[in-house]
Amino acid sequence: MSATIPESLVFATGALAAVSLGLPLLASAWPWQARRIGLLGLSLSILGLLATIGLFLDAAPGMDAPAVRVGLGGWEAPLGVTLHLDGLTLAMLLLNALVALAGSLYARGYIRGSAEQRQFWPLWLWLWGGLNLLVLSGDAFNLYITLEIASLSAVALVALTGDTDAVTGAMRYLLINLLGSLSFLLGAALLYGEFGVLDLTLLGELAGDGPTERMAAALMLGGLLMKAAVFPLHVWLATAHASAPAPVSGMLSGMVVAAMFYLILRLWLLIFAPLGTPALAVLLGLLGSAALVWGSLQALRAPRLKIVAAYSTVAQMGYIALAFPILILQPAAWPVVVFFAFAHGLAKAAVLMGAGTLQKAAGHDRMNALGPVLRARGRTVFALGLGGISLMGLPLTGGFLAKYLLLEAGMHGAADAPPVMQAWTWLWVVMVALGSLLATAYILRMVAPAFARGERDPGVPVSAGMEWMPLALAAGAAAMGLAGAPLMHLLEHTAGVS
Amino acid sequence: MIESLDPGTLYPFGGAALFALGLHGLIRRRHLILRILAVNIMGSGVFMVFLGIAARGDAPPDPVAQALTLTGIVVAVSATAFALALTVHLARLTGHAVLLPGPLRTHRGNRPEDP
Repeated sequence: MSATIPESLVFATGALAAVSLGLPLLASAWPWQARRIGLLGLSLSILGLLATIGLFLDAAPGMDAPAVRVGLGGWEAPLGVTLHLDGLTLAMLLLNALVALAGSLYARGYIRGSAEQRQFWPLWLWLWGGLNLLVLSGDAFNLYITLEIASLSAVALVALTGDTDAVTGAMRYLLINLLGSLSFLLGAALLYGEFGVLDLTLLGELAGDGPTERMAAALMLGGLLMKAAVFPLHVWLATAHASAPAPVSGMLSGMVVAAMFYLILRLWLLIFAPLGTPALAVLLGLLGSAALVWGSLQALRAPRLKIVAAYSTVAQMGYIALAFPILILQPAAWPVVVFFAFAHGLAKAAVLMGAGTLQKAAGHDRMNALGPVLRARGRTVFALGLGGISLMGLPLTGGFLAKYLLLEAGMHGAADAPPVMQAWTWLWVVMVALGSLLATAYILRMVAPAFARGERDPGVPVSAGMEWMPLALAAGAAAMGLAGAPLMHLLEHTAGVS
Repeated sequence: MIESLDPGTLYPFGGAALFALGLHGLIRRRHLILRILAVNIMGSGVFMVFLGIAARGDAPPDPVAQALTLTGIVVAVSATAFALALTVHLARLTGHAVLLPGPLRTHRGNRPEDP
């Protein structure tokens, strides 16, 4: 640990991890109080997180190392388990906190009945806490454990309603998650066998581009791509996301896939950067392009609103995969990619939760019969539209800024690249633009009936949280276009950046 | 002879073979109990690799790799229990413990009573 890191920051890092573990434990011990523990705990933890971000930004310029590293129980790496906190970690913690808090306020009205509440809230907090610990851990084996905590609670949440669709979706999701986790663990075992350490920073210093690193990278990144639902490993996503309760599908689409992407990026920045070959860039770019086109086409023909929203997540993950070839050409572009994932996480959560509100109000979510509810529920339609505009990337939203920066980085990369790569890079740039066009089409498909003439019927009354939370998330995604600078500033202080 | 092979070589290769075998089972089998067993075989393969790493050379076995294996077994047991519970629930609902192949059932939509 570097001497210039203030004690308060070390304490805050430990406290964040302790709260992420303590809240779910408390909620599991007193399930009948879990809702109160959850709402109060999440609100307080977001204040603590903002204070930590302040402390970090204050101290970061003077620190020797770009990351705060804390050995748990006084044991330092290589034997101890370390926590790792830097700008990228804080950005992901913030996204998790925002989506989880909005989802909690939403779930207050959505999850009714004391039996369901007792099951929902502890699992919900485990999902939040597991994701927090995932982004905080700086050790490959600990990453596996936190991956399992997060994915098992996510699977249980998908199965919450207990009907056939939900249990089938959960089972598919579980099998793919177990496969992905084991693949990740085998990769970690290979790295441990070769280098004798599990700490990511130490691994980064030791690893080069030998055959063991290649094999480990293939296993770990392959497992994570599966969990992130990158084409063609996306089949499980639509069933799981569409049959989950709305706050859960918001969290899954907004945060869980983003966390898998975070992990890919983290491993890439710290360990596997020497492996970035043109062939890998082309492969990821092709997968991303295929996901964009396939996911969008499915979203255009799906008969149910929640399935449209779920397939739009497949398409959006295609963007993220498209960002990697641009990243290999232009390594400095990675904060843009995180900014992109952040804006999309908020917008996706808004769209999925908005779709859940409409479904609850109408009693179904068949696209061809939603007209009356759409016409009567302007606030939710506005949230869908605003979130959608950010996904399309219209000016003044976070999505616009992200796509603009991504296109700029891609074109710069293309200008400097060898001739063979130039053509590919232009293809990625065209795909980013085409993806926006397709997104426009499926977002319009969702909201267009609201502008047609016809009867209006608000359907079943819904709680205030279910009306306002999608709007708040969508407004957050849009506002990032106007106030994105602080996030970019935070991301500058990240380990592994050349 | 297998006895003459040192465990530091035999275990990792055996582990890799188990992993591949389990992966094959997970993809090819339909019945959920068989698929869960396949995942467990894959897990055993990974643990074999860890144990092989621990047993390399003439030095006493590496305790870290053994601790990782123990932790991994705990996680695998919990995940298996959860998967079995889900399977039982699915079998009660549908009468069989398989995932229906093909596209999403709800794709066709237009079911009168969609929740």
